[in-house]
Amino acid sequence: MSGVSAPPTALAELAARRERRGWILFAVAAIATLVLPLAVPLQAYHLNILMQASTYAIAVFGLTIVLGYAGQINLAQAAFFGIGAYSVALGTATYAMSFWVALAIGTAFAAVAGAALGLTSLRLGGHYLAMVTISFQTILSLVLANWVSFTRGPDGVTGIHRPSIFGHAIADSSHYLVLCIVALYIVGYLVWRLGHSRLGRSMQAVRDNELAAGVVGVNAYATKVIAFTLSAVLGGFGGGLFAGGFAYVSPDQFSFNESVVFLTMALLGGVRSPFGAALGTALLILLPESLRFLKAVYLAVYGCAVILIMVFMPEGIWGSFSALKRRLRPVRSVVDDVVPPLPLTARTAHAGDATLLEVSSLSKHFGGLKAVDQVSFTVRANTVHALIGPNGSGKTTLLNVLSGIYVPTGGEMNFEGRSITRLKPHERAANGIGRTFQNIRLFAAMSVIDNVIVGAQRRGNDVEGGDAGRRNLALAALGFVGLASRALDSVQGLSYGHQRLVEIARALAGNPRMLLLDEPGAGLNHHEKQELVGLLKRLRGHGLTIFIIDHDMNLVEQLADHITVLNFGRRIADGAPAEVLRHPEVIKAYLGEEAHRAVA
Amino acid sequence: MGIALQLLFTGLGVGSIYALVALGFVLIYRATNVVNFAQGDFAMLGAFAMVVLCIDIGIPYGVGIAITIVAMAVIGALFNLGVYYPLRHRSFLPVIISTIGASILLENGVLAAYGPRPQSLPGMFETQGFSVGPVFFDSQYLLIVGVGILLFGLQYLFFEHTILGKKMQATSQDKEMASLLGIPVATMIMLTFVYSAVLGGIAGILVAPILFVSVSMGSSIALKAFAASIIGGFGDVRGAIVGGLALGVVETFGAAYISVPYKDAFAFLVLFFFLLVRPQGIFGEKISEKA
Repeated sequence: MSGVSAPPTALAELAARRERRGWILFAVAAIATLVLPLAVPLQAYHLNILMQASTYAIAVFGLTIVLGYAGQINLAQAAFFGIGAYSVALGTATYAMSFWVALAIGTAFAAVAGAALGLTSLRLGGHYLAMVTISFQTILSLVLANWVSFTRGPDGVTGIHRPSIFGHAIADSSHYLVLCIVALYIVGYLVWRLGHSRLGRSMQAVRDNELAAGVVGVNAYATKVIAFTLSAVLGGFGGGLFAGGFAYVSPDQFSFNESVVFLTMALLGGVRSPFGAALGTALLILLPESLRFLKAVYLAVYGCAVILIMVFMPEGIWGSFSALKRRLRPVRSVVDDVVPPLPLTARTAHAGDATLLEVSSLSKHFGGLKAVDQVSFTVRANTVHALIGPNGSGKTTLLNVLSGIYVPTGGEMNFEGRSITRLKPHERAANGIGRTFQNIRLFAAMSVIDNVIVGAQRRGNDVEGGDAGRRNLALAALGFVGLASRALDSVQGLSYGHQRLVEIARALAGNPRMLLLDEPGAGLNHHEKQELVGLLKRLRGHGLTIFIIDHDMNLVEQLADHITVLNFGRRIADGAPAEVLRHPEVIKAYLGEEAHRAVA
Repeated sequence: MGIALQLLFTGLGVGSIYALVALGFVLIYRATNVVNFAQGDFAMLGAFAMVVLCIDIGIPYGVGIAITIVAMAVIGALFNLGVYYPLRHRSFLPVIISTIGASILLENGVLAAYGPRPQSLPGMFETQGFSVGPVFFDSQYLLIVGVGILLFGLQYLFFEHTILGKKMQATSQDKEMASLLGIPVATMIMLTFVYSAVLGGIAGILVAPILFVSVSMGSSIALKAFAASIIGGFGDVRGAIVGGLALGVVETFGAAYISVPYKDAFAFLVLFFFLLVRPQGIFGEKISEKA
């Protein structure tokens, strides 16, 4: 398949320039913080605080991934931190392992525990995850305190060893601190990178709209499990470094309260960016130390802070800062950009009018209600196939069964000769079935272009040139619907009609073999509707197979090559538009018995 | 056999407490689609109010209970205004986090005011209880079970047979439709918070003579009550009651026959088992989203 080889766009240049500036800032900060502990002699007390801050921040980066990117709660970060810390503690003190081996084991244990928790609870709603993570935290605290023969109980573990690098032992605390800070920067960079990667975009899509993410090709469950596991890994890794820094660990350092502290750090700083995580951690570790008078009530103040942040500053300090920056210096739109063409014809050229989708005796029952009842029809390639019917006739239910959101009660669906009956929504997307929703489902916190890139990055969509190629493809799809100039805007700032077009562009970027449109004309004014008809005609001209539901007969008549009519869940007519629209059953369903007689 | 019966009785008593707190969870969840992680702290506050009023000040139990219930109603209203109401239009995650913040605030506020030493409250009855055969019926446990049954009955009558109860139900099922029908949704949600704070407070009053009254008692009861409501089927009133009773029994038997230090872990093991095998719980919560 040919990729979209366009000249470097202004969009790409803008991104590159931003990245260069980011790198310079990052390098300056890294050098400054690395040189500080080596150049300035610090007291043990200050070294400890800095070690705590840097290792905690690594664990809080985990929350950036799971809560900030993927929108899933984790109230057991202190437990994963504890797993890492106790692995290093017991590994080096009891079993005389090398620090690095113990750290690797601790990180691996945290990964396994995180994956196990995620796999069991991430299929369910968010409150289950909250509960399961609290339970896990509670059980781990009980085990640490009560399994005395292994964990040494409430007394804790002393005599923890520090690592050596190339035979050089890092015994000195300031050297160990440098190690922690190096780790902090590497992990922070990777987490930031993740946010702009394919996986990170999938996470954010799942966070913003799980259902739409699935239909666009994101395996939401797997994405959430990966996010949760990564979060646990960073918890374990940070904990391991923490144990090496303090040479002593005890169960109360890894209690539920600490999980809450981690959460507060992430929320205060700004949960959607690793910069926020680092900022929040630094503030909450350095502030209480300087505000010692708060010691007795500091957790009460944390609790109060959590509520206040949620109410007044949901994006945290960094998030509010970024929002302010965006308002003062709005992003330059890319009106003058070179918009590459969307390679539609190359993808849609099927052999003749081959059968693309074959639906046989498809049923969907909700209890006693037969929303879709034994419906069969065939969609041929390169046609526009309309599904019409009165309100409540089962059209949207049928579309939900076709895109895999509902599991059918009975019947079969074959797409390009393969059965898709048992495939999940993201697997159908991977087979080339795209769709839009009647009540628009965009990824609200992402930019227009990022919404469309999520569509472009579906599995099975060969795009040359990796991320840049996908970005070009997304820009091409936006150009096709006429919105390239809004690529960098937030989707929430678009009009209703434009949001609909972004949804279509998102589906187009996935290079679908077939596009399912659920009432694309709903809520559009006359002018917008005419533009939509024009767009759909262009798509048909490119040979894209479209399956469309709509109420607007005018729109359907202008577009459809073939119409299937549903009433009370059953198919009452199927055929060419002219004959279907004259069919007595259809007239009866739409206009009632009287009108039917009058027409007859 | 005698021991088993004794444990069953104790387990049902403990389970009634879980069921009361779980009921508070479920009511708020149904009204607001939000899980209130401070529900257990309502019980903690009720218990502490009793200690302050009846031990420190020396008011008779009856008056103390009345004052505590009124105070809990006020706290429920304030909780709604401060923790839920400003976030009512946002997704569930900020609200959950906000209730977690409230839980931390309440626990540590009490800790700062009262110190970490657990308090105890003498039983509410002259007689310790009575024996039937090998089983000793502790009067406090009998009271808990009795009040539990009474409250469940009253609640059923209230929600099914009064206009106010039906308005609250309508609100919990479809806020938009309810407000179109002229039901003052914000007031109904306020009442739901008031009622569940009172329920939590009553649980605290009842349990105070059995457990040590400590800052963390609320969250440990709440976690189990929450587990109970998941086991019963989240969002289902029957589920909260059955799940709570079942969990109380499992825990009591587990502590007697398996391990005392890990008593608090049994509830979670049962929970994990359910999440793996029947995540929708005994009475089944719908776990799908509409397209």
